[in-house]
Amino acid sequence: MGKVSVAPVEIERTESSEAAFEEPKPDVPWVTIVHNDPVNLMSYVTYVFQAYFGYPKDKAKRLMLDVHHKGRAIVSSGTREEMERDVQAMHGYGLWATLSQDR
Amino acid sequence: MAGYFEPAPDGGAAIALDEVEISILRSLAVQFLELIGPGPGGSADDGDPLAALFAEGPTQPPSDPALARLFPNAYCDPDKAPDDKAEAASAEFRRYTENDLRARKREDALAVVHALDALTPAGDRGVVLKVTRDEAQRWLGAFNDLRLTIGSRLDVDEDPDSELYRLPDDDPRKPLMMAYMWLGGLQESLIETLLP
Repeated sequence: MGKVSVAPVEIERTESSEAAFEEPKPDVPWVTIVHNDPVNLMSYVTYVFQAYFGYPKDKAKRLMLDVHHKGRAIVSSGTREEMERDVQAMHGYGLWATLSQDR
Repeated sequence: MAGYFEPAPDGGAAIALDEVEISILRSLAVQFLELIGPGPGGSADDGDPLAALFAEGPTQPPSDPALARLFPNAYCDPDKAPDDKAEAASAEFRRYTENDLRARKREDALAVVHALDALTPAGDRGVVLKVTRDEAQRWLGAFNDLRLTIGSRLDVDEDPDSELYRLPDDDPRKPLMMAYMWLGGLQESLIETLLP
């Protein structure tokens, strides 16, 4: 799975001073968060991150450990539609996932 | 009961199961199917495929705690205070996804039941169940769904000193807890066969 980097591209902007007081920007990315639960095996969570996201084992394991120790980890980011797809997939695997706008 | 999945030479996995193990697994999978219930396209809606295609799912989370865990609210962050916007978005998400999710879980559990039914145990010597790599994904999903369901029923938490691990033999929860731990071992061994 070749995932395209979702890091926002730096765009040169001529910002006026009022711009800082605007409402939430539509281009703020959404994120998929996986939450800790007492049942899912650590090996299974790692496996899911590898199988679904195509992450290398090291990254998958690091994210799994974040879920386990910190209670949550951001596992992907992108548009709202993409994150809904990821959350649905995580639920399919039995992981507890939610999406929210990253701000 | 000491059989675990091992990698098969052709890329799949295999496990030796005896009659008792087969019957426990089958019974758990059937109970899970009953919990999930028949879906759109099931016998309940007159077999109209178009109606099934356009059937909208529920908007409210299931009241059963195990089902609520299997189909969580997609927009409700458990670390944040409940808010109406997140609940409305979750309801909308649920309406379009829960039927598909239920169908997938139903198919995984059904695949397990069918595979077990295809086995013909030879007395108490047991048989070898073989799964392809693709089938293994379904089994993995089914094992996980069963563990989530039992875990929810037993209120499993992360406490390694939990009384659940030291239940006396006459505790009514003991058989389910043993099944839960056995499924964990099966799942773990199956994952190992899938990793490169």
